Amino acid sequence: MDSEYSHRKLSHLRKVLERSGPFCRPDFEPSSESLKFLMQTCKILVIGAGGLGCECLKNLSLMGFRQMHIIDMDIIDLSNLNRQFLFRHKDIGASKSETAAKFINDRIPGCNVIPHFCKIQDKNEDFYRQFHIIICGLDSIIARRWINGMLVSLLIYENGILDQSTVIPLVDGGTEGFKGNIRVVLPGLTACIECTLDLYPPQITYPLCTIANTPRLPEHCIEYVKVIQWPKENPFDCSIDGDDPQHINWIYEKSMERAVNFGIQGLTYRLVQGVVKNIIPAVASTNAVIASICCTEVFKLASSCSPSLNNYMIFTNTDGIYGYTYEAEKNINCLTCSQTIKEIEIKSIYIKLKDLIQLLCSKNDLQMKNPGITANISGKIKTLYIQSVPSIEEKTRQNLSKTLFDLGLRENSEIIVADVTTPNTIMLKIKLLKNS
Amino acid sequence: MIKLFSLKNAKKDGESPKTGTQKKSSAAQLRIQKGFVILDINELNLPKTCGTEFPDPDDLLTFKLVICPDEGFYKGGRFIFSFKVGPNYPHEPPKVKCETQVYHPNIDLEGNVCLNILREDWKPVLTINSIVYGLQYLFLEPNPEDPLNKDAAEVLQNNRRVFEQNVAKAIRGGYVGQYYFQRCLK
Repeated sequence: MDSEYSHRKLSHLRKVLERSGPFCRPDFEPSSESLKFLMQTCKILVIGAGGLGCECLKNLSLMGFRQMHIIDMDIIDLSNLNRQFLFRHKDIGASKSETAAKFINDRIPGCNVIPHFCKIQDKNEDFYRQFHIIICGLDSIIARRWINGMLVSLLIYENGILDQSTVIPLVDGGTEGFKGNIRVVLPGLTACIECTLDLYPPQITYPLCTIANTPRLPEHCIEYVKVIQWPKENPFDCSIDGDDPQHINWIYEKSMERAVNFGIQGLTYRLVQGVVKNIIPAVASTNAVIASICCTEVFKLASSCSPSLNNYMIFTNTDGIYGYTYEAEKNINCLTCSQTIKEIEIKSIYIKLKDLIQLLCSKNDLQMKNPGITANISGKIKTLYIQSVPSIEEKTRQNLSKTLFDLGLRENSEIIVADVTTPNTIMLKIKLLKNS
Repeated sequence: MIKLFSLKNAKKDGESPKTGTQKKSSAAQLRIQKGFVILDINELNLPKTCGTEFPDPDDLLTFKLVICPDEGFYKGGRFIFSFKVGPNYPHEPPKVKCETQVYHPNIDLEGNVCLNILREDWKPVLTINSIVYGLQYLFLEPNPEDPLNKDAAEVLQNNRRVFEQNVAKAIRGGYVGQYYFQRCLK
């Protein structure tokens, strides 16, 4: 084993980890233990085995990380092969995560990459809790929001103070053509994905009236077929599958008819694919740059050798190379990370819901007006009472005279309360008063 | 800045340093999906011409909006819209369809609605309430420029009297041109 750590391949890492320097974090202790930690203990999850994922797996494994998991729900497509270099022609149709893991494990001795061929939503808290750092290269905002919410929900607060050992850093990379960004999120400590949700550009959409009546661009014709004609004619009795050539062909033919009718030029099969699947051109060099910065951040977090990126970096290489780093601030009203869960003490679990509402209205630090209450009851959100919406009020009115116990609440159950008095929902954990 | 994994900690706790007695539920997980919506729903401030119907009170993501305009061309009608709030709300707007057949320049006969904030002008700061007001405005001020139902738009532009009569005919139930409209009187 020892010879492995002293291998000349890793000598550059040892220069960084076993010496001090002017740019090191003040608490950095140069030691040979750091490398052992990276190689033996530090467990990394790579989310996404696409353009960024392949780069990240390669970078991290060559950097000495050994314990890695990779998760991706996708299979390999011909169009991936130009930049997703862990895949070969024979792998088309196979799982991205499994193929990538096998490639790395075969290529780098001692590397133990475990693949997961599924959605990130299929894994639970215990799965995510095992990792030291999570790095993601995703093309979906929904997925980013989901993993962000998961990591925030793993935080533990003791008397309102964050237990820092429950923080799992998230290093998030994203690319779009010649542009990209990197951010480091320390859930609970720095701005989370949800804090800066409005930074994401909106999806390109065209006004419905334009695509219906005055199309000017080939994209307008494709959108028309996609939004209006497909649901109306329902040619294959299902919703559009962008990976089904029959579907794309149908859309291509119909949009071509429309383009000809309106004298619009430039409509091609590839453009149809691009618009239907919302394809953003991927540039291999952008992926390489973004992935390298992400992996450097992982390395810094894992070794403490240097301060982390604080906390949002943008990069473009359209005209020359430009990069800028700034600190995205926490949103104090962030629905995901701003609230620590408060506790509410009640006399007994057998009080009625209306008594609980009265308590919410009368308690000094809450003083609510007409709270709408939902609860997480065995993993499912139930609406307990919302007064402001008549149709819900009517259906939930009977809950008012039920006991909390009968509604499925127990000690430590969490209720989610919305009220005009706060701009935010409030999470309350039910606690029973002692000696009662 | 925090030092996340001091080597000592990592050694002491071994392979997976963060397991142990955890008791926290996945509430935050559910919160991001539903939190915005609960807030939005609780703060719905409906004009008196509008009402909502939630078929399942536990599902705040699927509901119907009923608009009964009390002035303008569409006074006396009752129009139902279906709302579906997706997992990427509020980054993406809810999907809204008109379930009542209506003779309207900005709503086609399949129920597609041309309202800018439902598509190209949607922003995460907008809420379900903004859409309710937008839809109500469509009934007060149908917009014949950039129409979805071209015939209706042309009539509105050329002869408001005829347009008014056509709307009334459609609401009572009957043919306008070659299309039959179902009765949707309040």
